[in-house]
Amino acid sequence: MNNNEYEKYYVPAQSPWPIVGAVGLFCIAFGAGNYVNDIKNEVTGFGGYLLLAGMAIVIFMLVGWFRNVIDESMSGKYSKQLDRSFRQGMSWFIFSEVMFFGAFFGALLYARVFSVPWLGGASNNAMTHEVLWPAFEAIWPLTKTPSGVVTEAMGWNGLPLINTIILLISSITCHFAHVGLEQNKRKQLKWGLGLTVLLGCIFLFLQVEEYTHAYQEMGLMLSSGMYGNTFYLLTGFHGLHVTLGTIMLFIMFLRIVIKDHFTAENSFGFQAASWYWHFVDVVWVCLFIFVYII
Amino acid sequence: MSTTNSNADNHAEEHHGAPSGIMRWLLTTNHKDIGSLYLLFSLLMFFIGGAMAMVIRAELFQPGLQIVEPDFFNQMTTVHGLIMVFGAVMPAFVGLANWMVPMMIGAPDMALPRMNNWSFWILPFAFLILLMSLFMEGGGPNFGWTFYAPLSTTYSNDSTALFVFSVHIMGISSIMGAINVIVTIFNLRAPGMTFMKMPLFVWTWLITAFLLIAVMPVLAGAVTMVLTDKYFATSFFDAAGGGDPVMFQHIFWFFGHPEVYIMILPAFGIISQIVPTFSRKKLFGYSSMVYATASIALLSFLVWAHHMFTTGMPLAGELFFMYCTMLISVPTGVKIFNWVATMWRGSLTFEVPMMFSIAFIVLFTIGGFSGLMLAITPADFQYHDTYFVVAHFHYVLVTGAIFSIMAGAYYWLPKWTGNMFDEKLAKTHFWLSLVSVNVLFFPMHFVGLAGMPRRIPDYALQFADFNAVISIGGFAFGLSQLLFVAVVYKCIKGGEKATAQVWEGAEGLEWEVPSPAPYHTFETPPTIK
Repeated sequence: MNNNEYEKYYVPAQSPWPIVGAVGLFCIAFGAGNYVNDIKNEVTGFGGYLLLAGMAIVIFMLVGWFRNVIDESMSGKYSKQLDRSFRQGMSWFIFSEVMFFGAFFGALLYARVFSVPWLGGASNNAMTHEVLWPAFEAIWPLTKTPSGVVTEAMGWNGLPLINTIILLISSITCHFAHVGLEQNKRKQLKWGLGLTVLLGCIFLFLQVEEYTHAYQEMGLMLSSGMYGNTFYLLTGFHGLHVTLGTIMLFIMFLRIVIKDHFTAENSFGFQAASWYWHFVDVVWVCLFIFVYII
Repeated sequence: MSTTNSNADNHAEEHHGAPSGIMRWLLTTNHKDIGSLYLLFSLLMFFIGGAMAMVIRAELFQPGLQIVEPDFFNQMTTVHGLIMVFGAVMPAFVGLANWMVPMMIGAPDMALPRMNNWSFWILPFAFLILLMSLFMEGGGPNFGWTFYAPLSTTYSNDSTALFVFSVHIMGISSIMGAINVIVTIFNLRAPGMTFMKMPLFVWTWLITAFLLIAVMPVLAGAVTMVLTDKYFATSFFDAAGGGDPVMFQHIFWFFGHPEVYIMILPAFGIISQIVPTFSRKKLFGYSSMVYATASIALLSFLVWAHHMFTTGMPLAGELFFMYCTMLISVPTGVKIFNWVATMWRGSLTFEVPMMFSIAFIVLFTIGGFSGLMLAITPADFQYHDTYFVVAHFHYVLVTGAIFSIMAGAYYWLPKWTGNMFDEKLAKTHFWLSLVSVNVLFFPMHFVGLAGMPRRIPDYALQFADFNAVISIGGFAFGLSQLLFVAVVYKCIKGGEKATAQVWEGAEGLEWEVPSPAPYHTFETPPTIK
């Protein structure tokens, strides 16, 4: 490659957004840290407000930062090489998310394979069982904890099954939209993407329904011992990711419908959102198997 | 390896030099600026964490409770550990990566310059939160940097939430920094810079970045579970709800063990750059170095439970983790062998970076040997939680990681500032550090083997003499580091002008650009033959 062929790698000039984002993250972390203490100690403090202010600052930062990036992209400043940087960056980010969920799946499997059976006397833990909680029965779902908290297990048919089908279909519609983009069928792109966003919203709505049902009728709560812990943290973090994914896809939808952005060659933003969506989908399938069915 | 075009200033008309004032540093997207910020921040944290170590050593100077309350002592050990790991060592390596990786591979900058700025600037805020938590009612985190449950859940104070969220920010920073490094190395290498031509510092950082992305999210998961256990009535680490405090240790050390390699692999990279330069020979066994680094990284995922031999595991588990741990000494031995073989029959000179490197090789090996002793499960039952462990990890982290950072800083300082540093002062710094660090950490082996437990502000009388010696070593080591600041300050202010190559035997792209390196180095990539 000689210099004539080389596309210049765009190194942006100074940007105000990172430092704004740093202040925002500080407010979120310091606010949240104080807020959870305020809740625990039942006092009112500044924590909650600082947390909200931090979120507002971060949203402001994201809007500004992405506006800059979109402007630069649309004015043709980005080379193929830079596009690859974005793609690789997004892939590694998704890998880090996989590891984050891995920690919670790890906790779930550890509880099921080790800690709960051990408390029930498995392996060489007969004395543990005898001395600590002799009445404890090691079963999964853990509907009665060693200390005696009783709950009900969430079945897999019904809402969870419907939600699984919804998410699987949404992955297909998302792919359908992608194919539309690649073949320059803009109508297919718009319909596919719009449908995906809609399905994401329905999923979230049903998830809220499920939580309400679990809390009000089943007595399955975050504090219901290991089963409730893993159930809510896994589905909860997944739900947050679906929310984020839906917002990302919705913004791509707006960019396509209003501004007519993205072509088959220039489509990183759309692809990043769709990769994220497929990732969230795969996490759900693992969730459905390990949290609900088995 | 050579370049075919001179590249420093053919784009000068588009990019001006560095902007001035505070805004330059707040808004910068330049890898060199951000590298400097990381390095200065890490130096600041090194002294704050070091001050805490001084408090610890002052308390332990004599037996009995002397200066601080036990709870405050615990806060000092905790925050000293957190600051040194996340605030001093890791940011220093990220800073070196920021400065050197783009220059070494012929890249225009880091791949994602704005994110680079973000990953730096959230760090000071994270440590601000951590340090502020020390002044909270009830005190700061006091459960050790490993924050074992239930110390960090049932028995911890209100500062736990601040601790958790500050660790979250440190994690976000590390992940973004690592993504940037890995993408830069994959995507921004100059034409001809194939993987097996990359300098070893780049290789070790590539593998380190992979480790970071793989395990920092697991740490995020661990602190999140601590948060929900403490504040939202979950029982991940509470047997009463079906959880297990030992599970905390598994999750933590699944992060924690790769983490210790995160702090040593870049050190291997730095030493592998410096030793060939001052031996005036090519690095011995380049490809075996690469494979050794990769195998250490892979094995690091399979050894975590050697930190938990005494906390309860099935026998098969203990054996598995013991053997895997011992296996790591093979690739590590390959590295030590290669450095020594590089020096073998080389035309050695002993400039300051080389002195630190040789000290590294010897002293890190001592840390490695004590690590092997600790890896033997039955022996570990005696050593666990004693000063022997403290001696071990300070040999690998202070005379290992920190010495390599010092070596790297002295090696590249003329490239960064354009001036040679005060060699005499730097040599004084080296000798004082070398002697004091061994006075500080070597006797810890003995008191540890004799049974002195770690993380306790008081001790049995028979350890009194050794502890007094250790404390004197500690104060001397701490004070000696002020000389480093003096050297760096003087070097930034002025001094004998450095040539582009700086060191006679130095090879690589970074030594072909002028000193100081221009604000934008390779806007058009050089071609590597």
